[in-house]
Amino acid sequence: MPRVSFEHITKTYGLLKVLDDLNLSIDDGDFLVLLGPSGCGKTTLLNLLAGLLDVTDGRIMIGERDVTDLDPKDRGLAMVFQSYALYPTKTVHGNLRFGLSASKLPREEIEKRIAWAAKLLQIEPLLNRKPGQLSGGQRQRVAIGRALVKNVSVFLFDEPLSNLDAKLRTEMRLEIKKLHDQLKSTIVYVTHDQIEAMTMATKIAVMNGGVIQQFGTPDEIYERPANLFVAGFIGSPAMNLRKAKLSVAAGKVEAVFASGVRLDVSDYPFASPPRDGDEVIAGLRPEHFVLTATGPVAASFTVPVQYAERTGPDASAYFKFEDELLALRVEPGAAAKLTPGQSIAVSYLKGKANLFDARTGQRM
Amino acid sequence: MTDLTATQKALGAEVAVRSAPYFPRKKKAITGRSIAVLAFLAICALFFCIPLYVVITTSFKTMDQIREGAMFALPNVWTLEAWDHAWNTACSGTRCEGLKVGFWNSVSILIPSLALSIGLSIVTGYALALWNVKWAGPFLFVLFICAFVPFQIIMFPLISMTATLKVYGSIWGVAIIHAVLAMPVLTLIFRNYYKDIPQEIMSAAIMDSGSFWKIFFEIILPMSGNILIVVLILQITSIWNDYLIGVTFGGLGAQPMTVNLANLITISTGTVRYNDNMAAALLTAIPPLVIYFFVGKLFVQGITAGAIKG
Ligand SMILES: Nc1ncnc2c1ncn2[C@@H]1O[C@H](COP(=O)(O)OP(=O)(O)OP(=O)(O)O)[C@@H](O)[C@H]1O
Ligand SMILES: [Mg+2]
Repeated sequence: MPRVSFEHITKTYGLLKVLDDLNLSIDDGDFLVLLGPSGCGKTTLLNLLAGLLDVTDGRIMIGERDVTDLDPKDRGLAMVFQSYALYPTKTVHGNLRFGLSASKLPREEIEKRIAWAAKLLQIEPLLNRKPGQLSGGQRQRVAIGRALVKNVSVFLFDEPLSNLDAKLRTEMRLEIKKLHDQLKSTIVYVTHDQIEAMTMATKIAVMNGGVIQQFGTPDEIYERPANLFVAGFIGSPAMNLRKAKLSVAAGKVEAVFASGVRLDVSDYPFASPPRDGDEVIAGLRPEHFVLTATGPVAASFTVPVQYAERTGPDASAYFKFEDELLALRVEPGAAAKLTPGQSIAVSYLKGKANLFDARTGQRM
Repeated sequence: MTDLTATQKALGAEVAVRSAPYFPRKKKAITGRSIAVLAFLAICALFFCIPLYVVITTSFKTMDQIREGAMFALPNVWTLEAWDHAWNTACSGTRCEGLKVGFWNSVSILIPSLALSIGLSIVTGYALALWNVKWAGPFLFVLFICAFVPFQIIMFPLISMTATLKVYGSIWGVAIIHAVLAMPVLTLIFRNYYKDIPQEIMSAAIMDSGSFWKIFFEIILPMSGNILIVVLILQITSIWNDYLIGVTFGGLGAQPMTVNLANLITISTGTVRYNDNMAAALLTAIPPLVIYFFVGKLFVQGITAGAIKG
């Protein structure tokens, strides 16, 4: 049974259509990440679910209930905001208690829940402080605590980590993930950070321009991007996207680049039979290139090095290929040996290529 | 803190030891511009200080000394006689009960009109700023216009309205008129202040509680310290110092202190009792001063505490 579903949602601000006939449904216990570039409508979608905005058209279901016209407090949701949105004049304890002010719970139950959340999030020593006396990470914990005490089955997060520094962000990411595993609650999480999306989500909805481009597990999204937008958006360094022409001859299918390099895609699971001369865009992940091939490869060619850069445990090398840069992931040791201008033989692993229809941009 | 001052002291000592500065700076000559500014400030100070000096000293003098005519002399004998007389027995019109009548009238006008005007406008401002109110835009525009209508224009209709409501000439009449006239401006002030409260705090409160009054009393009101003090100072001063509304709507029984003072000074017969008049003027001026003293401190505290910034 789906836990949360959006059915034919349209949202307009005056004349501006932000969401257009959007459909999405997630199951109980799912960790859904809404991922997309700035301004694509993620916050709008989340606020519609929370009831902070009214839908122009469509229906929102939570469990079996149609919540489209319910007040925010009656929807059985809890939300964590990007700016934490703690009440500045209340103590941490007061903030948590106000989270329960709509529920008519007896006093002991309220205190019990506050104690439980404070313990879970390790904010017990902070209960008597005001938000102004807390660090960013502590404020974020309190904000999560204020959501937790409500004991609801669906939690909403709107870019909760974007105000934190890199290290704290990694820590909180793990903690949120851990909370999800512990509480088995359903989470809708908005971010434009793909690492957050890939590490935490059980389902990702990639959005662009108010339209869901692809909905699936992190693996599906990464391994089989549904269109050029998703292909280019997910992954860092980004997938290399290059124009090519299909050549179908004697049971062998190849993508031929302008420079004559031929990429063997015979084993590609084409949705419809490929035709000779089809214009395609080949998507090649940087990490599927190798410098010294040990297994079967789809293509091998020699290209000049432009530059190499090291990003911690990894290194990326950029080559010049048909007047554009081609990004490759390489071993840091190998990267150190590359000198600009040097020509290197590289190979692309077999069975890893992505092909997109050059006209529609859709996966083939 | 103590460490810091200690190091600062040490630093200061070090600097003092170093007798000649390495890079002596040229002393700036006094320019014509600063002379002009100084002269202006001095004149301003004189304009305020000399009359104040005269008023205060005269109020402590006896009538005998005043008749001698030495206006700037200190009192020979310091006496509170004039203060006592002004407060208790000075005559305004036919009544000789002193300023205390006007004082208590002013207090009983002040309190209900403060409560009424601030109470109504803070809630209206909160609703307009933070909730979806239908027609909020046009409503704000109307308020804006109302805030700038001069009182004199609507004075006569207001008189007949208060007469119909049977509050004309009573404390309540004056209090209500004060409250009503202040409300447009106060509502705009509160509304603008609340507009700066982050949207997400309001969203959180709506999801947590959803109750208009609960959010107001528990979240918004505690964040309003600064603006409440500003508004209080504004309102107390303007109500206390008002003359026109008091004289128009107070009738004979509900005259505020300012009207009382004016009568007391203008209607006296025989020799002008300068010491009584000065004491009466000072008595009338003291309450706002006291407010400035006490609330002004809170005002500064409120600003430095930064109630809104999380
Ligand atoms: N109140 C509003 N009135 C008019 N347009 C709005 C309003 N709120 C948002 N928009 C527009 O709707 C679109 C989607 O906004 P939304 O806040 O959902 O983006 P987002 O995906 O959350 O972006 P970000 O990652 O920057 O937070 C944007 O183009 C924005 O300009
Ligand atoms: Mg957003």
